[in-house]
Formats: sequence, structure tokens, C-alpha cells
Amino acid sequence: MNWINNVVRPKIRSFLTTKREVPDNLWVKCPESGQMVFYKDLESNQFVVPGSGYHMRMGAKSRLVALFDGGAYETISVPPVPQDPLKFRDGRRYTERLKDAKTKTSLEDAVLIGEGRLDGQNIVSAAQDFDFMGGSLGMAAGEAVITGLTRALEKGTPFILFAASGGARMQEGILSLMQMPRTTIAVQRLREAGLPYIVVLTDPTTGGVTASYAMLGDVHIAEPGALICFAGPRVIQQTIREQLPDGFQRSEYLLDHGMIDMVVHRHKLRETLSRVCRILMNGGGKAKRANGHASANGRMIETTAREAAVLEVRPMDVASPVVGDGAGRDATAKTSKPLAKDKSSPA
Amino acid sequence: MESMTERPAPNIVRTYLKFETPIAELERKVQELRALEGSETAVNIADEIKKLEQKAHAALAETYAKLTPWQKTEVARHPERPHCLDYVSGLIEEFTPLAGDRYFGEDEAIVGGLGTFRGRSVILIGHEKGSDTESRLRHNFGMAKPEGYRKAVRLMEMAERFQLPVITLCDTAGAYPGVDAEQRGQAEAIARSTDTCLAIGVPLIAVIIGEGGSGGAVAIATANRILMLEHSIYTVASPEAAASILWRDSSKAIDAATSMKITAQDLEALGVIDTVVKEPVGGAHRDPALMMKRVGDAVAKAIAEFDGKSPAEIRRQRQDRFLEIGRSL
Repeated sequence: MNWINNVVRPKIRSFLTTKREVPDNLWVKCPESGQMVFYKDLESNQFVVPGSGYHMRMGAKSRLVALFDGGAYETISVPPVPQDPLKFRDGRRYTERLKDAKTKTSLEDAVLIGEGRLDGQNIVSAAQDFDFMGGSLGMAAGEAVITGLTRALEKGTPFILFAASGGARMQEGILSLMQMPRTTIAVQRLREAGLPYIVVLTDPTTGGVTASYAMLGDVHIAEPGALICFAGPRVIQQTIREQLPDGFQRSEYLLDHGMIDMVVHRHKLRETLSRVCRILMNGGGKAKRANGHASANGRMIETTAREAAVLEVRPMDVASPVVGDGAGRDATAKTSKPLAKDKSSPA
Repeated sequence: MESMTERPAPNIVRTYLKFETPIAELERKVQELRALEGSETAVNIADEIKKLEQKAHAALAETYAKLTPWQKTEVARHPERPHCLDYVSGLIEEFTPLAGDRYFGEDEAIVGGLGTFRGRSVILIGHEKGSDTESRLRHNFGMAKPEGYRKAVRLMEMAERFQLPVITLCDTAGAYPGVDAEQRGQAEAIARSTDTCLAIGVPLIAVIIGEGGSGGAVAIATANRILMLEHSIYTVASPEAAASILWRDSSKAIDAATSMKITAQDLEALGVIDTVVKEPVGGAHRDPALMMKRVGDAVAKAIAEFDGKSPAEIRRQRQDRFLEIGRSL
């Protein structure tokens, strides 16, 4: 297709290239070992480089496909938010950047919400896509996280979040910053209802995302070698002008410093998540949840039931379910393609 | 709008910002003439002084009526601008500082304590930048580490226990970006502090008195009412940081400040803050006493709005307030 790209004008080019999920290069180089891997092999290995075990970044859709039974899940659409409220431009218009990101990822914004089953348990999950403007947290992503948490609350299911983000979306200014408290409210409501909130921290999780919903989980799981921090290494280096310690701000470092519960290989992730959710859901909280009481947090008890009951939920239509063929991960990764055109809100 | 019959600026300004050069020249002339006044017998010198003073005041009022976002950034960072501890001594009686997070240490970038505000027992928490080299170092230029935010959490929980309103004063370029801060969980500390702001069942009133910088500010500014001084700024990232992220060039800070909507006026229009507190002509540092009074009045009014409200109602109002942001833009 390269010659087409050279001839066709940029605007038209995007139509030609949207449908490809395979990158230009069929071979991918492992950043750690330098080894070349065939893309299909990488995809079928959940983007873990065979041999070196390096965890490559993974798109939101692949995440959800890998999580749910048979790769089947329903996309939950997110209420539309104002696009470009600040009329921002930094060299280019923000609206153009958004359009490009949508084309590139076939997502509406950086967070994708899905609902399905994990070893038979009902689960709501959110996956953040680093390819969508660095997974940055803007109004749409914030609203998506809130929608996902609210959905889990309504359905009485655990919520699993796959975090991947460069932080706040500068182009939305203060409205991006306000997503930190906004998402925290939704986390609190899930917590008060006694439902598990599990965060999977993937490479990279930084800035305002780490400093809000990604650090408020009941259980924090990180993938090996992921960069997880508030201020990035570049910023810190500029401030202190010294060499940073080895492995600084990587998953294993955070584990040593008590910020996360475990570092789990991607191939063991599903099994771990399933077990944690099952054990948490089988405690005494089960009866409480059934009675509409909720919350072990003493000070919240009186408000909890009431607040949960009157929680206003914005209308959301459940988009077309994606049905996996049940033949396992590899096959379902392909069937997730039509999902690209699901009915999630046009915004 | 208030009338212009304010007291003439009682504070002698030592630091002039670049855009204040014409004002600085006028004021210098006034001072020179004043010095002559006693010795000379010149007849019209008093008149001359009065005329020049009026001219200087008019220039000041005109300049400050239309500050650009970048100029406001400079005013918000003005070294003589009243800082947290100035407000504490101006507004809080019997202030009793409390220290430490009970886990690791004491962080003086965030000060906090008990006191009486216009007859009410309150807890006050705020970023302190310091006012000279020694105190700036001690307060780490108002850039808090995890222990600062964990102290804030401790104080907010205490406020909840004793049913005391919380007043927070925000003035930080952002949370401290350093190895030790990251090591001890800066992100978690900020997240937990915001979480606590949203959980307590007592009124929480935040005032952005200078710079409201990013997550470091949100951590204590997630309040029932957010007041902001006329020339303060509140940003997702400091203009320099935003410029370095967007253009990979921190010298584009002026562009970033302009496009990001960081002024009190813009944020009021976006529904992010509730009230803009008017500053004295020429900025808060020109008349700190007047500024204190106005901030005091605005805070007292905001607290009084929650009199008789139950903890659940207060929490609910705060949550709704934040969930509503952006939904009606």
C-alpha cells in the first residue's frame, strides 16, 4: 500500500488506512532484546515478546478481548461530552487531533468500556488506549470511567480498570484536571457499595491518572516493567539534575515501595483477576449488598444506601454485543474487528 | 463593582513586573517629588504630586483591568503577594499549627492547624511558598511531598470527627517532582487527599490565593465552594510544563497560558469555580489588609451557606457540584 500512500492526498489516505490493524511493519522489534518478532505471533501471545518476555503496549480492544470469556463483551456507550470546549490549538486544531486519533484507533476516546463475563462472573471493565492521544484523561475519558464504574454499581459487579495514560489532556485545560475529582466520586460510590475495584497498571500510567482513580483501587496489579509515576522521569531529571536510580518508577520498584500489591505476567493476569474478584465477592459483603446496605466504611454507612439508590444514571444504550467464536484468544482477536464500527456514541 | 474610593496603596511596592514599567516610573517620580517637598519652597509641588499620583493610580487601574493570562500568571507569582501564612495571621485567631503525617514526617510546604475564624472553630490547610530565601527553602517553595498531602488527609479527617469546617488556601506550582516524593507515593497521596476532600461531611471551602497548580492543588481544592482571587490562576499544568508537553519547548509558556484558560474569569465562565474575589487595584500585594478582609468576608459567606445542612447533604452537594462540571457547556 505504500505507493498509494504516496499518491493519495492525506485526507483521503486516512480512509484507505483505517481498516488495517496490522502496522506497516509486519515485523516488530523488541525494545529490550532487539529481537524481531512477526506481528501475528506477537498478537497471539497477547503482545508479550516470546523469548524476552517484554510486555508491549496493548490496545483497549485487545485488552477486553483478552479479559472476557471467549473474548466476548458488550461495549457500553458513553454519554457525549463537549468537543474542544476551549477551542484549543497547538500548531494544529485539537478537533483535528481528535479526528486523527479516532481514525487511528477506531475508538471514540481513550477509554473503552466493556461488560461481559470472566470465568462466568459478571464484570464491567475499562481499558485505556495509549494510542489515543497518549491515553490522556480528558472529559470523554473521565466520563467513560464514571460510566463504567456506575454500570458496575448498578449491576452489582466488580470493576476492572486497565490504566495506560500519559496523564491529563492539556488541550482541555482545567476541564481535564477536573476529571480527577469527578472519577474519584464514582470510585467512592462503588467502594461504598462494597464492590471490588481492581486496577491493572500498565505501561505507562502517569500524571493525573495515577494521582486519581488509578491509585484508589482495592487491589493494585502491575504488569512487569511498566512505568508508573506521578511526575515522569524527564521532569524529575530536569528538576534535580542527577542520575535517577535503576528501575526507578517501574512496577517492581513500586512493589518494593508498597504502592502496589503484585506484579503479574500478562499471561497470568486473567486468572489472577478472576480469583481476586471471586474471593472478594464471596465475603460477608455479599449479604450486605443483597440487602442494599453496603460499605464496611463506618462513616459512610448512612449515606451509602441512599446515595446509591438515587444515583442518577445518564441514559446509555448498549451497543451491539461482540460474540466470540469461543475458539480461544487468537481467533477472537480477529472477530473483534467488526467492533470497530459498534454503535458507541457518535459524540 | 466597588467604588474606586479605596485607600491609597499603603504598601510600598519593591518589585515591579515588566509590564508595570510605566507605573513604576510614575511612582518613582512621585517619591522623588515627595522627598523634595520638605526642603523646597516651590509653590506648586503639592499639586504636582497630587496630579502625578492620580496619573499613576489611573495607569495602575487601567493596566490591571485588562491583564493578559500571562500577566496574571506573573501577578499570581509576585514575590510580595500575600501567602498562606499572611492570611492565617490576618484571618485566624488562636491559630494552633499541627504537624506531621504520622507515617513519615512533617512537610512544611503544606501548613495546617486549628483556629478560630470569625467566632467559628475551623481547621485551616494551605500551601505556603515562603517569603524569603530561608523560608522558601523550608517550605520547599510550596511544592508538597506525600507527607504534606497525608497530613492534609489527617487534618480533614479530624475536622470530620469534630465537625469543624475546613478552609483550604491553594498556592502551589504543583506537587514536588522528586525522587523521594515518587518513592513514597506522590500519586497515591494526592489521590487519597482528593478522595478525603470528597468524603468528609463538613463544609470545605477552598480559596485559590495565587497559583492553583495541577493535581497538587486539586488534592486540597476539591471543595463545596471554590473561591478564586481576581488575578490568581488555576491550571492543569503550569504554563511552562504545558508548553514543554505540547511544543517540547518551555519558552512557549506565554502561548500555553493564553490557550489553556487559566484565569479566574475564564474558570468562572466554565463553571469550575464559584466566586471571583476582587483584588485591590494593582493586585493583592498593593493592599494586603483589604485583600484579607475581602477573602474573610467571602469565606464567611460560603461557610454560612452550609449552616444547618447534614453531613450527607454537604457531601452530596460537593459530589454533584463536581459531577456537573462540563455537563452543561
